[in-house]
This record gives sequence, C-alpha cells and structure tokens, in this order.
Amino acid sequence: MVSYVIRRLFQAILVMLVVAFVSFSMFTYAGDPVNNMVGQEASRADREALRERLGLNDPFVVQFGRFVGRAVQGEFGISYQLQRPVEDLISERMPATLELVFVSAVLALATGIPLGVYCGIHRHSWVSRVLLTVSLIGVSLPTFVIGIFLIYLFAVHLGWLPSFGRGETVRLGWWSTGFLTPSGLLALIMPSITLSLFQTTLIMRLVRAEMLEVMRTDYIKFARARGLSDRAVNFGHALKNTLVPVITIAGLNIGALIAFSIITETVFQWPGMGLLFIQAVSFADVPIMSAYLVMVAFVFVTINLIVDLLYYAVDPRLSVDKGAAAGRPG
Amino acid sequence: MSYDAPSALAPSPPARVPGLLARVFDSDLWFSFTRSPVVIVAALVTALYVLAAVFAPWIAPQNPFDPAELSLIDSFTAPAWTAGGMPEYLLGTDDQGRDILSTLIYGARISLLVGFAAVLFSATLGILLGVTAGYVGGGFESIVMRTADVQLTVPGILVALMIDGVARTTMPRELHDQIAIYVVIFAIGVSDWPQYARVTRGATMVEKGKEYVQAARVIGIHPALIMLRHILPNVMGPVLVLATIGLALAIIAEATLSFLGVGVPPTTPSLGTLIRVGNNFLFSGEWWITFFPCLALVFLVLSVNLLGDWLRDALNPRLR
Repeated sequence: MVSYVIRRLFQAILVMLVVAFVSFSMFTYAGDPVNNMVGQEASRADREALRERLGLNDPFVVQFGRFVGRAVQGEFGISYQLQRPVEDLISERMPATLELVFVSAVLALATGIPLGVYCGIHRHSWVSRVLLTVSLIGVSLPTFVIGIFLIYLFAVHLGWLPSFGRGETVRLGWWSTGFLTPSGLLALIMPSITLSLFQTTLIMRLVRAEMLEVMRTDYIKFARARGLSDRAVNFGHALKNTLVPVITIAGLNIGALIAFSIITETVFQWPGMGLLFIQAVSFADVPIMSAYLVMVAFVFVTINLIVDLLYYAVDPRLSVDKGAAAGRPG
Repeated sequence: MSYDAPSALAPSPPARVPGLLARVFDSDLWFSFTRSPVVIVAALVTALYVLAAVFAPWIAPQNPFDPAELSLIDSFTAPAWTAGGMPEYLLGTDDQGRDILSTLIYGARISLLVGFAAVLFSATLGILLGVTAGYVGGGFESIVMRTADVQLTVPGILVALMIDGVARTTMPRELHDQIAIYVVIFAIGVSDWPQYARVTRGATMVEKGKEYVQAARVIGIHPALIMLRHILPNVMGPVLVLATIGLALAIIAEATLSFLGVGVPPTTPSLGTLIRVGNNFLFSGEWWITFFPCLALVFLVLSVNLLGDWLRDALNPRLR
C-alpha cells in the first residue's frame, strides 16, 4: 500500500512537471515576452536590459527551474492584456467557477444515479426506454446549445431567470459567494443545469450498464435465491458493487466539469476562470493561458490520485492484488 | 481532406470483385441494419447532410458569401411561415440579408469537412502509434502509452483550445485567419488520438501472438509490412466504431471552438460560427438566426451518434 501510494505520487509529480514544461515552452517560444511587455519605441539596449532582468538570457534549465519554483508558489507573471498579476485574476475568478462546478456535480449525481438504477432494474419498461433515448439526445446536444435554448425559454420568452452574470454576491474573506443572496441562487439555476446535463446522462448510462452487468452475476442470483427482498438485493448488493466505476468516472468528471465550464461561462457570461481563459486565448494572453493550464492539470492530477486511492477504500480485492504485486521484485 | 471519408462508415469487406455487393447484403451488419428503423433513419439523415454538403453550390437557394446576391433590405426577414416572412427565404434571413437555409447548407459543409478531416487525422495518428507500440513494445510502447494516459486525463476540448491558443500566439493574425480551419482540424485531431492508440495497441498485442503473424515473421517479411498488411486489417473493427463516435465528437468540438470564437473565422462560417453570430440577436427577438443552426447541428450529431451506437452494438457480439 505505502509503496503504491509513493509510486502514484511520483507519477503525479512527473505529470505535473511535463505540464509545467509545456506551459513554460508556451511562455518562452510563443512570441517574444519582451516584445509583449515593452512598446515599439523601446531601444535595443532597453530591451537587452529587460531581457537580462527577466532572466531570459539564462540557460534553459535554469529558466525552467525558476518557472517551476514560482509556479509552486502560485506566481505566473503579469497578464499582457490586463496588466495585473495572473494569480490575483485567478483567485478573483475561482469562487465563481468552483461554486458552479460544485452545484453541477451534486445535481448530476443526485439525478444520474437514481435514474440509472431505475433503468438498470426495470430494463424493459417504457420509462427506461424513453430515458435512454432522451439521454442519447442529451449526449448529442452540445453544451452551448442547451444553454442557448434555456436562455431563450426562461430569460427571453418567460423572463423568469437572469440570462447572464452571477447576481449579487457576498464576500466572505477573499471568497465571493452567490449562495447567500436570492439573485445569486437564481443566477445559478440555468448555468448549473446546462453544465450538469451531459454529466447526468453519462452517469445515468454508466450506472445502468453496470447494474445490468452486476444483475447477471451469480451472487445476485444467489441473494435472490436466499429470499432477500428486492430492496436489499438491488441496493445492498447490486448498487454497492457498481459504485467503483461510478466513483472513478464521477471523480474524473469533476475535472471535465471545470473544463466544460469554459463553454457554460461563455454562454451565460459567468465571471469565472473559464471566461477569463477564453478571453486570454482570443487575445493570446500567454501568462493567463499557461497558469490556467497548470492549474487545471493540477486539479486533474489531484483528482486522479484521490480516485485511485479511494479504490482501496471501496474495493478490498485491490489492496490484496496490488499489495502482492508490489511485494514482488521487478 | 476529401469527401471519400464516408465510405469508411459503410461496412467495407476486402475488395474481391465477384459478389462484393452480395457479401455486403449477406453480412450480419446489413441484417442488423435492416432490422432497426431508427438506424436507417439516422443513416438517411447523415447521407442527406453529406450530399447537401458536397453539392452545396447547386442545392443552396443563394450563395450567401457572394455580396452581389445579397440585399440588405431583406435582412432580418422572419421564416416564411411566420408573420413578416417571405416565401423566397424559407428559414428567414440574418442581419446581412443572407438566406438562413443557404448558410446552413454551407455551414454544414465546413462542419462536416472539419469533422471528417479531424477524425481521419486522429485515427491515422492513433493507429500508427498504437499498432507500432503494440508490435514493437519496449521503450517506444511505454512512451506512447504514458503520453496517451496523460492526455486522456485532460478533456479533448481543453487540449484543442490550448493548441489553438498557441497557434494564435505564434502566428500573425492575418495568417492565422487564413489557415484557421487547418489549425482547428489539427487541434481536434491531436486531442483525440489516444483513444485510437489504446484500442489498436490492445488489439495488436492479441494479433501479434497469433500464428499467421508468426508465419509471416518466419518467412522474413519486413515488420512494417506485417503491421500494414497483416495486423492492420484485423484491428480495424473497433476503429470503425471509434471513428463514427469520434466524428460526432469532432463536429461538436468544432462547433464548440467556433462558438467560443476561437475556431473557424466568420468569413467561412461553420454551424458553430453561425450559432455564435446568431446568439447576438437572441434578445432582440430574431430567434431564427441562431435556432436553425442549433437544430441542424443537433440533428447531425444525433444521427451520427445513433449510427455509432448501433455499430458498436452490432460489432460487439457480447452485448447482443
């Protein structure tokens, strides 16, 4: 177990280094940083001085080391376009994105799992057929199309919900939350539904498939033969064993939610990191782009790590197998 | 980069001249195809899109990119069946007086072109790396597969956005606008290769141990030839499924990039660009400018997805 954790940690650090390298190369080779910082009229000597001061004349390895060192402390330089430290911009925008992602994840799990269980148990009922068809349509609907339809229906046509922004927010220290005001909660409804719909269909289909798989196994038949109630068999035996892949996918998809929040935030003009990032991409604002890349990769790697370690908690077979495998030389 | 890619979607047995059609009609795949009406409809819709895209200049009522054919007086015309509609503009017009139906047909053309090209690109790259990794093994294999693992942890759309962003920073704006469509194809293609690499590597490792490969080895055929002529045809089944689903994903990815304003430029709009542009008029009541491109996109993706789902079930006997 310990050696497995150490090996996974080592892997995670390696992945982060690779991502940091990519993002550093973007910094260094995508356009001349000096040109981006000074105007046209700067003299050659000025440029050279700035170059020396920024350490751009140092060997590659030294520069990369410095980049990693500063990234670890959360420093990513100054945004070209907004002329402010990137870490400030990101920490300003982070609460908006995280609240949106949190609500969407809860929504997706709270609707996806029950629907999936229902479709798995009542395989041939017409309700599950309808749900499956609807879920295929859900997979085929791009996120932004869902958002546009919702906006047209509930904001333009009916005028019930705000179509953009977060509403009023309350500051708790550096964190600004929309959970505490009525307008903030109203503003959350459409973006979180938009963001969670795809995940809901995904989780529903996954739970259904896993339930069907488990239902065929001998121990379920045996549990039924023992005369256990349907409830005990379905939820105590079957659902419990479908949860390993569900935890994996749901965990990994928190990362996907953060990535897809870029789209949702654009549709609803939600002032989060995604909107910041997409503006950075269209203005070629490299410091923000590379900071976002590193940060999202960090979230992904952390979630991956947690999911892998959670396996042990959920599936006792793994700790035996992996423990034996790790004990073997080679 | 051409429209011959659809043939990859149809079941294509090895080309033996006698009885090729007979073999197609005799296959399990054809049997299951004729038995599912939903799939037939999906195939027809997809075929319709492809035909409309290929023959766009002859089908579309007007050429929406020829300023001589546009009249600004007709801009913001509502669809023909609503109040204020004109019969010559079935689905209405946009802010520049372009016929929506025509922009849809031309837009689907760009969307499909990018989709097919991106799938072709990522499938080629993934198969090449996957088969080689599976066959050669060793250090090459672990480098390729670890790279794939790392990339798979990040959603494709993010990888595509990053590639597009880097292209934007490294190129001057005019140049980038000119080659934007190739950048998008490259970005989407690169973002999806690990799927193909994983599947073909697994299949290659199975095939590698079989007798026909060993026999080919023994008589001294070059490894590259073994991979190309002997292993490749036997690992194409799952690739077909991946490619079909990948086409739907690529079309969505392109539409998403264009919607975010970092994809295909407005001078050659795809469905995503049209939705982005139309979205600006949603609040002023001109709903049709964005609604019909949305609908066209959803129908296209849905039918390709249905085809992919069917293909996966039909080629996987375990699920029957």
